Amino acid sequence: MNNGDGKRWNGGGEEDEDEDEDEGSGGGPDGWQITYADERSWESLQEDESGLLRPIDNKILYHAQYRRRIRSLSSQATTARIQKGLIRYLFVIIDLSRAASETDFRPSRMVVVAKLVEAFIREFFDQNPLSQLGLVSVKDGVAQCLTELGGSPESHVKALMGKLECSGESSLQNALDLVHGYLKQIPSYGHREVLVLYSALSTCDPGDIMETIQKCKNSKIRCSVIGLSAELFICKHLCQETGGLYSVALDERHVKELILEHAPPPPAIAEFAIANLLKMGFPQRAAESSIAICSCHKEAKVGGGYTCPRCKALCGLTLISSPHLARSYHHLFPVVPFDEVPPSFLNDAHNRSPRSCFGCQQSLLNPGNKPGLRVSCPKCKQHFCLDCDIYIHESLHNCPGCESFRHSKSAIASEE
Amino acid sequence: MASAPSKLYADDVSLLVVLLDTNPFFWSSFSLPFSKFLSHVLSFLNSILLLNQFNQVVVIATGCNSCDYIYDSSSATSTGAESGRMPALCSDLLRKLDEFVTRDQQLGEKDSLGPTTSSLLSGSLSMALCYIQKVFRSGPLHPQPRILCLQGSTDGPEQYVAIMNAIFSAQRSMVPIDSCFMGSNNSAFLQQASYITGGVYQKPQQLDGLFQYLSTVFATDLHSRTFLRLPKSVGVDFRASSVFGQPQTDVPSASNVK
Repeated sequence: MNNGDGKRWNGGGEEDEDEDEDEGSGGGPDGWQITYADERSWESLQEDESGLLRPIDNKILYHAQYRRRIRSLSSQATTARIQKGLIRYLFVIIDLSRAASETDFRPSRMVVVAKLVEAFIREFFDQNPLSQLGLVSVKDGVAQCLTELGGSPESHVKALMGKLECSGESSLQNALDLVHGYLKQIPSYGHREVLVLYSALSTCDPGDIMETIQKCKNSKIRCSVIGLSAELFICKHLCQETGGLYSVALDERHVKELILEHAPPPPAIAEFAIANLLKMGFPQRAAESSIAICSCHKEAKVGGGYTCPRCKALCGLTLISSPHLARSYHHLFPVVPFDEVPPSFLNDAHNRSPRSCFGCQQSLLNPGNKPGLRVSCPKCKQHFCLDCDIYIHESLHNCPGCESFRHSKSAIASEE
Repeated sequence: MASAPSKLYADDVSLLVVLLDTNPFFWSSFSLPFSKFLSHVLSFLNSILLLNQFNQVVVIATGCNSCDYIYDSSSATSTGAESGRMPALCSDLLRKLDEFVTRDQQLGEKDSLGPTTSSLLSGSLSMALCYIQKVFRSGPLHPQPRILCLQGSTDGPEQYVAIMNAIFSAQRSMVPIDSCFMGSNNSAFLQQASYITGGVYQKPQQLDGLFQYLSTVFATDLHSRTFLRLPKSVGVDFRASSVFGQPQTDVPSASNVK
């Protein structure tokens, strides 16, 4: 490949150095080699039984991963009477040290982490409407609070995207000290949590980090870490001591899975979680034409506002709207995982399986009118396609079959 | 709390999923006979299909003991496609509806729960949302879906959690739930549904003119709604229903652990 062609193929600034040093000899990697190395297209192929190559069927893989996840969640919940913390105060610590500019995640670890944290923030507030989140960044050995504990996803996302630059060393102890200072003040009914997204392979600490870890443990702060490079002893130790989860990401898709795993409420540590009944008020939305004094703006406002049910003005009662609270209900009444219908059942001519999915009316027949892959609800015995299975368990939280048959409801009620 | 953020719609092709309440305990004692009601609804559905050649209509019946799909305008079995004439909506729909009501009644005879004033709205909402998800998966060129509940039965408190789950899922997918409620008192569930998802809730005053209410308020596609002043909700009742179906309270207690 001569010099002219080399210049045309190479796009990034990194290749210019090689060009200047090895003119014409092609010593550095050429552009097309770099493209292939980055894409890793060989990973999307696999061998079948006869040794032939074929592309990976993503849909079946995705469904299999989802089923493993659901099975592990449901087995945890049934074997131990695990309580879940519904009011969470979570700090996300983002490592913005020099290691975050590594390009093993495209375009860089920092950009990937920022996008995923944004998705996580939205998912977190969707699943935990009663909780609050705060962001902390670590750069040049100093931990800085990007946003304080608050409930508005937009303000967190804006603060995060505003300051994305990485440099210097990372300091786990400084970050934990900062977060500990904020979380100590939280009332006892809240669950204190920390999620660290760690890219560096070292930490630059001013004192004894073991003391800090002990402090966090005593204040009942559950720290989890997601490592982006390699496993570190100190992170593992931190998670073991505080009862959190330590995982190391393999690739971009894996990081996304790991982060989103922290969105649903974690099992509460039994002796730490004191079940309290909290008084909350449900405000009435006043009609459009009423006039009242707005308590936050201290002025008279016309139009639809909310009034406190206890005193109609201001008495310190936590106000919440019932739909807000209702968002957490699906944790209390989860949908039973569906069972795969075995092919032996389908191929048996005596069994008349439904030809279409009960939820979406999608045909469940393969070409040739043979019954295709499907799942069924153990309670109402209806058949569903794989996509509806995922939608029902991850978003809808209702089984359409169970909701659509009244005598199945009464049967369940009489069993309880 | 805020209602759904508005989505920018590029065109006016709609998919309308109609949830039709067929509870005989409601219709038998209602001022408008079911047959007259159906004639208003059928004219309305035909007019939706006439507004745009790509519009789709799906009808799901909400019975007292079961729910089922009654009609799908995009399915290959609707006649008229080869001859070039309008699909025969009426005959298919009426036949399937008749079969559904008979089956529903037979299912009710097995249980001796007595007359129920509520229908299984949570079931038909869940089925509608699954169908809409299938449409979303079908590719970038899909009609804009919305749900219209034609309901008269009272709210069943045992369905509160399921209906709220469906409402939140609709809000996340940005599917508005419109409600045309014909019962005597307002339905708190449907008011909340329309408020949270950004749909329209209406309780028609004069049922003889039901077709006019349907065609002026509920026929507009989501893109064109930005140019219209549609009925706004007044005083939505946000009080919680206890999860176990007890009377609503203003100051209940919430536990911080499950």
